[in-house]
Amino acid sequence: MRKELRFSGSGGQGVITAAIIFAEAAVAEGKEAVQSQSYGPEARGGASKAEVIIDDKTIYHPHVETPDLVLAMTQKAADKYYKDLNPDGLLVLDEELVPNPPDFPHIVRVPITKLAIEEVGKPLFANIVALGALTHLTGLVSFDQVKDSVSHRVPQVGWDAVEGK
Amino acid sequence: MAKARLMQGNEACAEGAIAAGVNFFAGYPITPSTEIAETMAKLLPKHGGKFVQMEDEIGSMGAILGAALAGAKSMDATSGPGFSLKQELIGYAACAEIPCVLVNVQRVGPSTGQPTAPSQADVMQARWGTHGDHPIIALAPWSVRETYDVTVMAVNYAERFRTPVILLMDEVVGHLREKVVLPEHVDVYPRRKPKKTRAEGYQPYTPDDDLVPNVADFGQGYHIHVTGLIHDETGFPVGSPKITEDSIARLHEKIARAGDEIIHTESSFMDDAEYAVLAYGGTARTAYEAVRAARAKGIKVGLVRLITIWPFADKVVAALAKKMKGILVAEMNYGQLVGEVRRAAAGACPVELCGKYNMQAFVPAEIESAIDALVAAHQ
Repeated sequence: MRKELRFSGSGGQGVITAAIIFAEAAVAEGKEAVQSQSYGPEARGGASKAEVIIDDKTIYHPHVETPDLVLAMTQKAADKYYKDLNPDGLLVLDEELVPNPPDFPHIVRVPITKLAIEEVGKPLFANIVALGALTHLTGLVSFDQVKDSVSHRVPQVGWDAVEGK
Repeated sequence: MAKARLMQGNEACAEGAIAAGVNFFAGYPITPSTEIAETMAKLLPKHGGKFVQMEDEIGSMGAILGAALAGAKSMDATSGPGFSLKQELIGYAACAEIPCVLVNVQRVGPSTGQPTAPSQADVMQARWGTHGDHPIIALAPWSVRETYDVTVMAVNYAERFRTPVILLMDEVVGHLREKVVLPEHVDVYPRRKPKKTRAEGYQPYTPDDDLVPNVADFGQGYHIHVTGLIHDETGFPVGSPKITEDSIARLHEKIARAGDEIIHTESSFMDDAEYAVLAYGGTARTAYEAVRAARAKGIKVGLVRLITIWPFADKVVAALAKKMKGILVAEMNYGQLVGEVRRAAAGACPVELCGKYNMQAFVPAEIESAIDALVAAHQ
């Protein structure tokens, strides 16, 4: 059941944190999970990519090769990372920040950052909104578990973001 | 049983160190080792230990040596640029027989190189980075859980042999988060204690039966002199050829005689193997996947993984070379440990390199292609 997920955007958007929380939720549900990341030397603004692999068997090679899902939070990330997607996979885009969706048959556009601003009050929570969307779209981990994992990582306000309050 | 957690390699290193009794950490944070310092800063005070962020890498290494002499179990963590700066004091610790663990989470070099990118190119520096004849112990874990275990091992070896131990991690494992269940108990090697009083003629550098001296900690009531000059059993420098020869031989022998016990390797798919991939650290995970894929095609290939890098597994490799039609060494560098494998194989079978040094970790297909090439070239 190996499932490979890639979370991409720019430094500061919280894609690495979202990936960690997703992997934590999987581990809490008894699955095998690994999470890795790559980023430039910059603290903010450089390209940022995090990966999660979930399996029911031991995971050896720890990096994503053919993602089943790519989350892209910037146009640059979308253009760069959709290419090696599993043809049956899913490309999840931030609707506003990726105005020109790549040519891929399975795209879901979610107003991630807009929801974070309008519903939770700050763009800072976009990663948690994205996490909610991915939980719903993949069905790999339960919503309750993700909520629990978020609450271990972030204060109440981020918790509200998952629930779309 | 302890609960499964998602944990990072660098965090597991810090937690393993604390479990093994490390109570002093001095460091100067550097990517990709920073989380070790971060975790130590968070956890050490809760365990009654001390964390000091020093002014630079050399100061950090000096601080852990001083703390070790004062009775602490001490550790420092760095990456390539810091590893270079610390070399002089690693030699000091080897000569003055000061127990300490230095973690090097390797990144691409030389110099500042590529700060966030994985590499395994400090393997020979770990062996020969400091000048002079000296032994070293270096260990390389391949998983988050093994990082915990190997850190405990590193602290124990440092104490048992009174030597610097290098924990040679790589970015792949250091930054990887994965599911771990930590052990509830680990065996801890205690600080060696003097077996004589001053009145009974105690000398700090008199070797015990295992050739390791029981140097008293400062503050225990003994008079101790510590120097990087070659010294006799009193700890004071001497210009004697005999003592110089004996000292250097003893430094080597105290570790060499325990070789079989401290050289850890692991084999997978080797029962009927005709070819072997030899790898270590994060690369071994990808090699495992490549070997499994090659097996699925009917190639009789296995994986031999080195956990102990130094002392080098000469006997394991020599015996392996006699049985194999070919050995492939996969490492994230331009070719380092492959030279040691060739030396130990001594021509018994061909040894080929699958090296990578472009900022990116291996993918299984690359090692699988190299296995195909090895098999095609050496039927």
